[in-house]
Amino acid sequence: MCLFIDPDLCTACEACVESCPFGAITLVDDLAQADETCNLCGACEDVCPVQAITIEKKTGAPAADGYEGVWIFAEHRQGKLAQVAFELLGEGRRLADQLGVALGAVLFGHDVKEEADQLFAYGADTVYLADDPALAGFTDDMYGVLLAKMINEHQPEIVLCGATSIGRSFIPKVATILGTGLTADCTGLGIRSSDRLLLQTRPAFGGNIMATIVCPAGRPQMATVRTRVFRRGPYQEGRKGELVEIDVARKNIVSRTRLLEVVTDLSEKVNLAEADVLVAGGRGLGEEKNFDLLRELADLLNAGVGASRGAVDAGWISYAHQVGQTGKTVSPKLYIACGISGAVQHQVGMQSSDVIVAINKDPNAPIFDVANYGLVGDLFDIVPLMIKRIKTARS
Amino acid sequence: MDILVCIKQVPDTKDIKLDPETNTLKREGVESIVNPFDMYAVETALMLKDEWGGTVRAVTMGPPQAEQALREVVSYGVDEVALFSDRAFAGADTWATAYTLAKGIRKLGDFDLIICGKQAVDGDTAQVGPGLAQQLDLPFITFVRRIVKIELDSRTMVVERLMDDGYDVVETSLPALLTVVKEINELRVPSLKGKMKAKKIDIPIYSAADLEVDPDSVGLTGSYTQVIEVFAPKPRGNRIILEGETEEQVEKLLNGLTKDKVLSVKID
Amino acid sequence: MDYFLTEEQKMIQDLARQVAEEKVLPLRAELDENEEFSREIIKHFADADLLGLGIPEEYGGMGMGVFEQILATEQVARVCCGTAVTFGSGGLGAMPIIYYGSKEQKQKYLPDVASGKKLTAFALTESTAGSDASGIQTTAVRDGDEYVLNGTKQWITNAAEAEIYCVVAITDRSKGPRGSSIFVVEKGDSGFEFGKKEKKMGIRTSTTGELIFNDCRIPADRLISREGMGFIIAMKALDLSRPGVGILGVGLSQGAMEVAIEFAQTRIQFGRPIIAQQAVQHILADMATNIEAGRALIYAITKYIDSGAKNISKVSAMAKLFPTDMAMQITTNAVQILGGHGYMREYPVEKMMRDSKILQIFEGTNQIQRNVIGQELNKQFSSRKNKG
Repeated sequence: MCLFIDPDLCTACEACVESCPFGAITLVDDLAQADETCNLCGACEDVCPVQAITIEKKTGAPAADGYEGVWIFAEHRQGKLAQVAFELLGEGRRLADQLGVALGAVLFGHDVKEEADQLFAYGADTVYLADDPALAGFTDDMYGVLLAKMINEHQPEIVLCGATSIGRSFIPKVATILGTGLTADCTGLGIRSSDRLLLQTRPAFGGNIMATIVCPAGRPQMATVRTRVFRRGPYQEGRKGELVEIDVARKNIVSRTRLLEVVTDLSEKVNLAEADVLVAGGRGLGEEKNFDLLRELADLLNAGVGASRGAVDAGWISYAHQVGQTGKTVSPKLYIACGISGAVQHQVGMQSSDVIVAINKDPNAPIFDVANYGLVGDLFDIVPLMIKRIKTARS
Repeated sequence: MDILVCIKQVPDTKDIKLDPETNTLKREGVESIVNPFDMYAVETALMLKDEWGGTVRAVTMGPPQAEQALREVVSYGVDEVALFSDRAFAGADTWATAYTLAKGIRKLGDFDLIICGKQAVDGDTAQVGPGLAQQLDLPFITFVRRIVKIELDSRTMVVERLMDDGYDVVETSLPALLTVVKEINELRVPSLKGKMKAKKIDIPIYSAADLEVDPDSVGLTGSYTQVIEVFAPKPRGNRIILEGETEEQVEKLLNGLTKDKVLSVKID
Repeated sequence: MDYFLTEEQKMIQDLARQVAEEKVLPLRAELDENEEFSREIIKHFADADLLGLGIPEEYGGMGMGVFEQILATEQVARVCCGTAVTFGSGGLGAMPIIYYGSKEQKQKYLPDVASGKKLTAFALTESTAGSDASGIQTTAVRDGDEYVLNGTKQWITNAAEAEIYCVVAITDRSKGPRGSSIFVVEKGDSGFEFGKKEKKMGIRTSTTGELIFNDCRIPADRLISREGMGFIIAMKALDLSRPGVGILGVGLSQGAMEVAIEFAQTRIQFGRPIIAQQAVQHILADMATNIEAGRALIYAITKYIDSGAKNISKVSAMAKLFPTDMAMQITTNAVQILGGHGYMREYPVEKMMRDSKILQIFEGTNQIQRNVIGQELNKQFSSRKNKG
């Protein structure tokens, strides 16, 4: 047990009871007591006016010794740098400047050397390039062990990676190898000036609460960051930096998994996370073929097509398009929800979009609660009209 | 095939809200459920058992009441379960959770395959699966959407893993750890016999001492990350309904979107 | 209402509800629209051990009573009456084997029924034999080690989908009702074919069709019990299954009422939810009262049957009559509360209304039920008078 309430100090003022986000503290015989639901978050410790509550936290040596610099993992897939790589450069630059340290970018792949210039231009001081046929495709063992070895060698204090399918897969492995903390899916980052710790803010409980997390003892401090949360920095033509080339073969890494084939869904854009605009459909579409209407609008707006769980469960569109708790979390600039009632499970997947448009014939649909523009009416009237107006405006 | 599934008991997140006044989680009426993604892991294991024979075991780390989650998966056909529970485990982050699970699983023996849900809906981190694989020194494949084939002779399996832009076909040696997405299957229903068994089954509880864990590596003490603040997200709270006939609504919408600079359409 | 169910009974109830909500509800509208029967849904019920509830444990079932079976059926009917009909008539089809079959027959058929591998059907009705079962024309003639069946059965639930058919046929016309017998006919038997599939008003998620016996030859050991027992066995099976029809009315009504209440709470007219109108409240109040009465009646009667009661014709007729008349009224009123919405196929109540009509017709029309009750009353009271 790590939560101590000193019975001699406790005045039964109930400040801790009210502060507990988990409702874990109750007064028993005029003494505060924490039950099993306590997860030692420390909220009570801060509010106790008489310092009766102490939580034993991992102290450990301040591991910051010798670790310096901010690294970002520049995800590269299918001959292209992922959008999140540029966003990480922008955010990483800001953090590095605040700390007064260099910004490093890690680039894995095969025949990707020319991409390094872009990384410099967007703010990297150093590019760590691992260019090898073995890195042409993604495998957790190759990427994970290699990155862990590089981190051990160069000792950056912060490592950031996109919360993509790749980042969310191999970064936990890296953190485990290194024996350090990792915060997933961050939507906000900052530096605490008092101790230079990275403040990592992320949603939890399906986006219903936000939590700020620090990693005081482990190094580096690692986080995966949601796509489209941060802005890419300015492009500085001709900006140069140091290129460090890694000899991958000499690292002797053996992968126990083998990539046999990469299948890209070419039929339509399914990389919902990267789309600026998403047009999403739900049960209100009525049948599979009506997704064509949304595709037409999506094509006009250069948008991706999303769907509610209802539409996916009905078999109208594949699971890869599903937005929401059991599907993908997206935050495009513009999200157009057509015939989606907007259950909480859907909202958590899209509520961080910049602008939300809701089209639904039921004025009581919960989707309107999160909409910047709500249109009550028949989507089969509204969407064709939108298409028509956009086409005329452009011609 | 002997398969192990890791599950987690979570609050039903759709009911969870932070009271903006007191900054506390509103817990009343919030039910505990088995993490939905873990149910797909259970289903995957049961389907493999139907095809290949063997056993399916499920484990969880959590407070004593997490045994309810284990009973639930027994009603679906899981053969045996174990609960890793100790006050010392409380407050564990993903690293400490993976460490504790790894110690527990080693105690239980060898498995051909370990399956986890892609993430838990309370934390949404997706980190315990890969972390656990690393702690156990196993290869792993995350976000698996289909099992293509299994070759027990050569101890390999091929799966499709969901990527942001499609999917990858990946082969791994066995034993291995998979995390699965919802797309992989459709859940079966529990059986009456399973429910009866679930009611009666004896659930072994393993404490920190039983698992011989390093006390500095579990629970909050063993966690590298610390939560320093929880707060309610900014409510969107605009709820603006456009007035007028359809034509008028669409005009207002397109004008608004242009002004917001999310749409580049010139509307006269 | 708490009916003080045992933990096991609650389990059965919960499980049936879960299967209905997870596996039936998402398909309900589509199956109804396409008049489609889903074998897959039946498989889910079998996997849940619910198909074998009434089958003895030694034959792979759960060895439960009629009460437990109707607890499960109620939950299925709450979501989809058509599916519940299939679920229930599987039980009726197996009843002659369970109660009168030989050990060999039980061993041969029941485990596959419990596992859902094989579906059963009960074949009594013919074009000339509806309420009047004595109008049966189908014959079975003994020929050495075989029986030869000829005739046509109509409106048979699970026709063409079932593998096992309990067929009532005349073996000796001179003996009247005592001249009929029951046989197991298997799908694939020579001379056994399926005629047209009916297009129905309701319960369209179940399948109904014609069985044609054209010199259909079956081994003599397919006879259940002995010759002449056909009518007795059929009546016994129907007596046992009538509460199962009644419970369809209770479940269906419950489902309709729930939709009506939810709608009434959210539908705003004249500035407030329509449930605030007494006119609506009163309809709902009558619904709830009747449903509870119907449920209590069936629960009591099925417990009575399970206690080993012998003469159950009257009570089982009551258990069919009251809840099914009630269901017709309640589903009609549910449509009324939803108004124009209720009349549209977007909402489930019009289906429920269509589904409920058959409950007043099949397994003995409600007029026949009243006859049975009336005759039993007459018998009961005249015997008392004689005694007195």
